[in-house]
Amino acid sequence: MIQVKNLTKVYSGISVLSIDNLDITKGESFGLVGNNGAGKTTFFSLLLDLIKPSTGQILNYGVEVNKSEAWKPFTTAFIDETFLIGYLTPEEYFYFIGELRGQSKADVDTFIAGFEDFFNGEILKNKKYLRDLSKGNQKKVGIIAALIGNPEVIVLDEPFANLDPTTQIRLKRILKELAAKGDKTILVSSHDLQHTVEVSNRIVVLEKGIVVKDIQTSAETLKELEAFFEG
Amino acid sequence: MIKHFLTLEWKSFARSASFKTNIAFKILMLLGFLYFATIFVFIGIGIFYGIRKEAHLEPLATVNRYLIYYFSVDLIFRYMMQKIPVVNIKPLLYLNLKKSSVVHFSLGKTALSGFNLLHAFFFIPFSVVMLVEGYDVWGVVQWYLGIMALIFTANFLNILAASKDSIAFFTGSILVVLAGLHYYGFFDITQYTSMFFNGLYHSFYSLIALLLLLLSYYSAANYFRANMFLDAGLSVKQKTASTQEYTWLNRFGSMSTFLKNDLRLILRNKRSKMTLFVSLMFLFYGLLFFTSKSYESPVWQIFAGIFVSGGFLFTFGQFVPSWDSSYYPLMMSQNIQYREYISSKWWLVVIATVFSTGLASFYLFFGWKTYLAVVVGAIYNIGVNAHLVLWGGAYIKQPIDLTSAKQAFGNKQAFNLKTMLLSIPKLLLPLGLFALGYYLINPIAGYLFVALAGVLGFAFKNKVFSIIEKIYQTEKYKTIAAYKQKN
Repeated sequence: MIQVKNLTKVYSGISVLSIDNLDITKGESFGLVGNNGAGKTTFFSLLLDLIKPSTGQILNYGVEVNKSEAWKPFTTAFIDETFLIGYLTPEEYFYFIGELRGQSKADVDTFIAGFEDFFNGEILKNKKYLRDLSKGNQKKVGIIAALIGNPEVIVLDEPFANLDPTTQIRLKRILKELAAKGDKTILVSSHDLQHTVEVSNRIVVLEKGIVVKDIQTSAETLKELEAFFEG
Repeated sequence: MIKHFLTLEWKSFARSASFKTNIAFKILMLLGFLYFATIFVFIGIGIFYGIRKEAHLEPLATVNRYLIYYFSVDLIFRYMMQKIPVVNIKPLLYLNLKKSSVVHFSLGKTALSGFNLLHAFFFIPFSVVMLVEGYDVWGVVQWYLGIMALIFTANFLNILAASKDSIAFFTGSILVVLAGLHYYGFFDITQYTSMFFNGLYHSFYSLIALLLLLLSYYSAANYFRANMFLDAGLSVKQKTASTQEYTWLNRFGSMSTFLKNDLRLILRNKRSKMTLFVSLMFLFYGLLFFTSKSYESPVWQIFAGIFVSGGFLFTFGQFVPSWDSSYYPLMMSQNIQYREYISSKWWLVVIATVFSTGLASFYLFFGWKTYLAVVVGAIYNIGVNAHLVLWGGAYIKQPIDLTSAKQAFGNKQAFNLKTMLLSIPKLLLPLGLFALGYYLINPIAGYLFVALAGVLGFAFKNKVFSIIEKIYQTEKYKTIAAYKQKN
């Protein structure tokens, strides 16, 4: 359960995020959509305590994120390429993340073996460092690394961007399977309305830092969102 | 068209992040440039009379003798520090511009670099003095022009060399070998090269220099022109990677995770490899002190001892945690305890110090007292300096571009006031302690005092780690934001 209370972020007098109250319950698959500058990445960065809130607080399973670090063991994220270590091979990166999350090398091997079709033969045993992979392949590595070690809260910023169509479909399947288990809280942001609708059971629309829509996904959701963004 | 290029250049200069952030640094740099320029002017004038009065030699011929070393050192310096403006070319590729004009502009720009201009501050005064002293005007002009042509040749050679690491290391080793052969009197290359340099004055050899300049310019231009494709000269070279387990590091327990990564960081990135190279050079720094008469004072021996064993400690340690700047958000959101992170860096520095001390055992050749200075220096480094560099590093918020070797020297981080203050006990304190023991009691007491300070330093390990941890915590947001600003 993630609770957001009176959260604001102000940069030189301009408010970029302002959320009075937002509760994301355990097991929810939460989709965040909005145009550029709506505050999606700002919100995720606040949730991961990478930037300091101007006011208010975020409780991640009861832990106030900017006061204690106790949220780190059960939370994982992939925001952008600053979450990748360029001079490692994908395997080394997975083992590194795994070790930080208490997984042995064998555990990690078994885990990533399950994603071979997602990697499409371009990631493992490819004799390349992460910095030399294409943007899309880097993203694949980052997303899968964020799933290692059975985290409770998974934060993915724009996971569909830069992925090829086949991988997008596979990623949707992975996310849906994770959500179906019902014990993980998955937060995904995207510009792509259709993807978000497919993988999320709740969608929040941000506009200029404010929550303007909060809907449980249904058959009409996509139309509703499209109508909204048409303006 | 040139007008467009010039406005682009001006904007990229005036709007660069480093220009905006720190005007004080710019002033410092300007002062530094003026400082060197003045020194060069004085050397240019002074060397002429110095050689004549002190050594009773003909100044021009003497300078000509050593010019080969001058140019070689210049080439190596350029290779390490001069930036090659390749990156800015990419967006110009598909525009309505002739490729050749882009090439000529880029090359022309490198000619204006301070690396070329600085030399004039030495050669102009020297030439003027020669004219005043009644040397042949036509000869001096030719000599000066020839030298300038060679300096610009070095500039364009450097551009060609930038594509190949091996060239610089090759030139460097040849230089060391030749200097060694010269010093020990086996073979004197300068006899042959000075003929050429003398010819600039006495004969028409400046035409040869001019020819070399044209040749280097056109090969650089051709090289650029031929490789102006995204998948050729403008691409970043990829090396085949292999997964390394480093299982022998597992004995360090939970810290091994970080140690393994640090090892990969050091071995797989240009910038850190450069640092490793520099810290190896520190090993030989002591030769300067242990062989020279003017540094015979025992206090200097300790000074050298600290540098010899602490090369890696200083060059790597002072930039922790900036080494991890490119993925700092990951480190900050993962399940990582600051304490473990800091201790792993501490261990890395300590292991390297112990290793350097082992490598430095060749100083035994100079007597056991000399090596004792190195060992005592190492103890002080491990006990005290390892803490201090990590402490100082915590205040540095300059991101490090791991893939570029160019900033390894003369980094602006060195001007951080807090780190400067912290560097005083790094060097002065052990010197003072040693002098105290040496002059008040006896030489052995001097060594004991310094070693004891090192051992005492251990006692404060936890305290210092807590302080660093606090700094990491309180500065966390600022650090993340600063690391996002790439140069």
